[in-house]
Amino acid sequence: MSSKVKDASIPTIPFRARLSRWFGRNLLRIYMIFGFTYLFIPVAYTFAFSFNDSGKSNLIWKGFTLGNWQNPCGAPQICNALGNSIKIGLLATTFATILGTMIAFAIGRYQFKGRSSSNLLIFLPMATPEIVLGASLLSLFLVFKINPGFWPTVIAHVMFCISFVVVTVKARIASLDPRLEQAAMDLYANELETFRRVTLPLVAPGIAGAALLAFSLSFDDFIITNFNSGTLITFPKFVYVAAARGIPAQANVIGSSMFFLALAIVIAGQIVNRRKAR
Amino acid sequence: MAIDPIDARGDLRLTRITKSYGDFTAVDDLTLTIPKGSFFALLGPSGCGKTTTLRMVAGLEEPTVGSIHLGETDITTTRPYQRPINTVFQNYALFPHLTIFENIAFGLRRRGVKDVKEQVDKVLNLVELPHLAGRKPTQLSGGQQQRIALARAIVNRPALLLLDEPLGALDLKLRRQMQIELKWIQREVGLTFVHVTHDQEEAMTMADTIAVMNEGKIEQMGSPADLYDDPETAFVANFLGQSNLIKGRIDGGDGENLVIDLFGQKVSMPKSRSHAVDNSLYAGIRPEKFRISRTGTEVRGNNLTGGRIEDVSYIGVSTQYVVAMPWGQELMVFEQNDDGVPPFNKGEEVVISWEPSFTFGLRGDEDVEAGTEVNPEEIDE
Repeated sequence: MSSKVKDASIPTIPFRARLSRWFGRNLLRIYMIFGFTYLFIPVAYTFAFSFNDSGKSNLIWKGFTLGNWQNPCGAPQICNALGNSIKIGLLATTFATILGTMIAFAIGRYQFKGRSSSNLLIFLPMATPEIVLGASLLSLFLVFKINPGFWPTVIAHVMFCISFVVVTVKARIASLDPRLEQAAMDLYANELETFRRVTLPLVAPGIAGAALLAFSLSFDDFIITNFNSGTLITFPKFVYVAAARGIPAQANVIGSSMFFLALAIVIAGQIVNRRKAR
Repeated sequence: MAIDPIDARGDLRLTRITKSYGDFTAVDDLTLTIPKGSFFALLGPSGCGKTTTLRMVAGLEEPTVGSIHLGETDITTTRPYQRPINTVFQNYALFPHLTIFENIAFGLRRRGVKDVKEQVDKVLNLVELPHLAGRKPTQLSGGQQQRIALARAIVNRPALLLLDEPLGALDLKLRRQMQIELKWIQREVGLTFVHVTHDQEEAMTMADTIAVMNEGKIEQMGSPADLYDDPETAFVANFLGQSNLIKGRIDGGDGENLVIDLFGQKVSMPKSRSHAVDNSLYAGIRPEKFRISRTGTEVRGNNLTGGRIEDVSYIGVSTQYVVAMPWGQELMVFEQNDDGVPPFNKGEEVVISWEPSFTFGLRGDEDVEAGTEVNPEEIDE
């Protein structure tokens, strides 16, 4: 330092000012690192323990193995439960997406009596505690002499997924410029063609997002499912029951797989969107 | 499923059209004929009903009462896709999910036209953007999007092309260039263009005929020169350029000319240019028609004495003077800087003069402020 001749005419910035400037520039980055660490520690833990050579209980690290990944159905009932969850998820997603999209178009595009009250009522299932929804659905099914099981669960899932689909698709419809549809009509497309060629392709990303959301909500649901599924085992129910005896490492394998699958879908979606924009 | 639009050509006739939204009347008993092949402009401030009129012609709105004919065919209630009419929308409304080629091909494909590729290429060449066929609308500049929107409409060779503030989103330089280009394209393709704008300069540059609209009605219709030189109402006089309107009284006259008393000073004007209904009138003179002379100099034509220069703005090609008259009014005078006469100074006593034939007369009960308050830059309808 002393070897360099300092030009006294150039004012130096004091260390404290430089330090606070560095913080000012990097604060957001530091905050982000903390935030993501907080969010991803449980996921990382789940993933790490999917390689645990655990035996019955998967609480203590006992050694590395690929055995759980090679045999994900190793734990009794686990793949049966997973299959049920996927089946219920796909059915609930299909119905909820179709019905929800139609409702979203009705509310988002048309003026009719009771529009604002429907708009409000559609939020109600989102605001009601799941435990209340689950319990009242069960009593409703019993009143109609329908035994809990696969289909009552699907119906229950469709019901709570619809709200989320409506909200997601409606937001997309709201951002759609009505002049695009007018332009299509102006260019000799009738109502049906306009919907098929212009409206639907432009709303499609919203519908796809809504379907993904519906599936993950359905796949994940425990409380409402627990009331309405009777003896049927779903994946969340399996994990819950297993927790009493020790959750098998295969549950971590399936959990991690679902996480990476979701991640892959999101990344693929981003790539497709970027391609389209180009 | 191919749509076959109605095969109607000819003049567009609007007959006694009214469009109301609740208590608000957007278009009020409008009757208008737009001749085939013309470049027609609907000019007016925002909210005057011009866009509503255009949308009714396009079929995007239905008139409350009245009828719309294209040639001999009544199209009042037909759907937009049945009309041989295409629109260039204000924000272009290009389909963001389709390529430029598919955007232009959209109308052709819906009508089941065979040689789509050939026709799209041809129109892309016409607007000089053939290299953009594979791009998406968001990758284009505003000016390019504007031309593609035009191409998408004219490729269908409609009986009528509607342009809704087509140049509103472009900057001034590009707007000037596109005005000339649009006019050229209109001649090239020979279609009827109906152009809606709030920009009087744009309307005057492009249109053969201009209808000036105000509060749902047509104030005056004619060629740009007719409207500018002989406005019939204060609104037209003020909305198209600037006008000096001086309160006066008709004080006799012979067969051809009228003698007008303007605050005690007598001037004359052609009888044919007066739109007054009784003895009271406003004498209108455009600022560039005035000449300024020092008091005491010999002047030709009509003159008004007793003026005093209140303000001088030198703006290169011309100098703008504000001249205070003895009766308290301030007149606007534009002088070309072409004769080397040094500009007059503030406070000088002057005479202003003009050729009698440049005077126009408006009804004495007009609102002289009509059309001056509107901001020509606002485009929101």
